[in-house]
Amino acid sequence: MSKDSTPHSTAALAASFEEEPSQASVTSLPGGVTALKPFGWAKNNLFNTKLNTVLTLLCCAILWFAVPPMVNWLVVNAVWLGTSDECRAAAGACWSIIVVKHRLIFFGTYPFDEQWRPFLACALFVAMLGVSGVRAFWRPWLAGAWALVLVAMGVLMWGGVFGLTHVPNDKWGGLPITLMLSVFAITLAFPLSILLALGRQSSLPAIRSLCVGFIELMRGVPLVSVLFMASVMFPLFLPEGVTIDKLLRALAGLTLFTAAYLAEAVRGGLQAIPKGQYEAADALSLSYWQKTTLIILPQALRMVIPPIVNQFISCFKDTSLVTIVGLYDLLTAATVATTDPEWRPFFAEVYVFAGLMFWIFCFSMSRYSQWLERMANRYNRR
Amino acid sequence: MSENAVIELRKVGKWYNSYHALRDVSLTIRKGEKVVVCGPSGSGKSTMIRCINRLEAHQTGHIIVNGTELTDDVKAIEKIRKQVGMVFQNFNLFPHLTVLQNLTLAPIWVRGMAKSEIEEIAMMYLRRVRIPDQAHKFPGQLSGGQQQRVAIARALCMRPEIMLFDEPTSALDPEMVKEVLDVMIELADEGMTMVCVTHEMGFARSVADSIIFMAEGTIIESGSPAQFFENPKSERTRQFLGQILEH
Ligand SMILES: Nc1ncnc2c1ncn2[C@@H]1O[C@H](COP(=O)(O)OP(=O)(O)OP(=O)(O)O)[C@@H](O)[C@H]1O
Ligand SMILES: [Mg+2]
Repeated sequence: MSKDSTPHSTAALAASFEEEPSQASVTSLPGGVTALKPFGWAKNNLFNTKLNTVLTLLCCAILWFAVPPMVNWLVVNAVWLGTSDECRAAAGACWSIIVVKHRLIFFGTYPFDEQWRPFLACALFVAMLGVSGVRAFWRPWLAGAWALVLVAMGVLMWGGVFGLTHVPNDKWGGLPITLMLSVFAITLAFPLSILLALGRQSSLPAIRSLCVGFIELMRGVPLVSVLFMASVMFPLFLPEGVTIDKLLRALAGLTLFTAAYLAEAVRGGLQAIPKGQYEAADALSLSYWQKTTLIILPQALRMVIPPIVNQFISCFKDTSLVTIVGLYDLLTAATVATTDPEWRPFFAEVYVFAGLMFWIFCFSMSRYSQWLERMANRYNRR
Repeated sequence: MSENAVIELRKVGKWYNSYHALRDVSLTIRKGEKVVVCGPSGSGKSTMIRCINRLEAHQTGHIIVNGTELTDDVKAIEKIRKQVGMVFQNFNLFPHLTVLQNLTLAPIWVRGMAKSEIEEIAMMYLRRVRIPDQAHKFPGQLSGGQQQRVAIARALCMRPEIMLFDEPTSALDPEMVKEVLDVMIELADEGMTMVCVTHEMGFARSVADSIIFMAEGTIIESGSPAQFFENPKSERTRQFLGQILEH
């Protein structure tokens, strides 16, 4: 901990977050024990120049005014299990609404007595996602396990067999919609984006312009209109009598939209591969697909893990837009929960809670990507 | 086609857009022959050698390798690339694969060899280039000389009949040049057909059967090392030798 460093002059604020005591603040106690003097450290890092002193005081003032009221609202004065009347009387947050409405927020309009089914489906799904993230489980059986889990989820959600009542998917809502839409969209969009990125670099002009055209079209249009188009236009292309489910149409829209953005991230990786790698593969007589899948993509994708995960996170949050084609995702279900006249004043709490749900999933993805990046790029370290 | 020629270039022409990089290059290389190509920078040495395994496509003339003519036909290109190994100036090892995986990848996927079988062969080649103990490291963990020896072993694992070298030692620190040249000399002694772009004149003198001097996209002079060094025919060659032997 006794790392040498001169007192930071301009970057005192940044430095105040690093545990990097400067030499002057480290004193030797009798017996050779080194102790940290917080006062000395603060003096050297937070109050060493006039500017830093002002900035430090400013930050303290902001924290002083913002944090206590926030904690009061969130925790101290909050009502956790009370009635709506108690909530109205209290000065803090009304978490009771979450307690009362959580089933609606999580499962939307799914029949109340059957809501253990989407719960189980989601639990299975999240568990499987967790398992798939562990390197030791990247074995052929994982594909089989996924097939089983998907079938089980289908059975649970739709029912109609094993004595489960049938629940059509326009009754589905909440977390299952958000999770399934985003995960399926991501899984379908990822391979599609790789093909698009490769196509964009193709030497065949027809393929190249097709890919460029698609990517630019999708990137030039807001997701909301893509979803509308998917919802309204797909049925027009289909023969009379054939209908695609609303959920599938939204999934298709979200997939195509995400794929276009992902393709650009993947292309960044492809462009970073030195020409020599292609030449070495060619000289060894590898075919185009062997070269691409064994040499180019493994390197290119590793390089662009951060922007790819960025798009995954984006896609996850974008699922909240499917409400405009009449689907009940987590956020829509949360909004519906606030329409109850009895609990109407407490919409903020519901949105904080929904935000927290989104944050948990996005933050997990972000942390996972950091691990993945370290793991995948081990070969780069000497 | 001349008797036991393995590589034959007949009036080969090559343009990069409007730039005329190869002008009517004709050349015959016999089985087991070691040819050293030299010449000033930009004279088309790399271009010529890269045309032999179609990393660059020539536009006029004919290139015939082991009886197969190089055309746009993908089958012919694949066939020739299987018989021709190449070693690059910048090694071009696959950084995400271990040394052993670098060696076994193409034999497994292109030649359809069993993993256990090719791994044994790969270890044999690694012993021959004197780095068997590095088999499980990544290329980025090796020195330049070691990387280039891995690259040579990688090409050899495809059991080529011809080896092309494009300035294999010019990206190396001086003390590593010898370890790579030693491997190449061994290979030459075993009778491999070799085409080597290099400015290592010591290597050329002791190993080459013939030396080709190129300038401005044409072959100015070719002949045995003795004739090339002692009695060069053209003024251009003499100039070049004067420059290069000074150092
Ligand atoms: N891909 C390319 N596009 C356009 N011009 C090229 C290309 N590759 C090579 N050239 C040009 O062709 C000429 C011959 O290049 P080449 O690489 O064959 O030279 P070289 O003899 O190998 O030179 P060096 O000793 O520097 O490697 C050079 O003038 C070069 O600028
Ligand atoms: Mg060159």
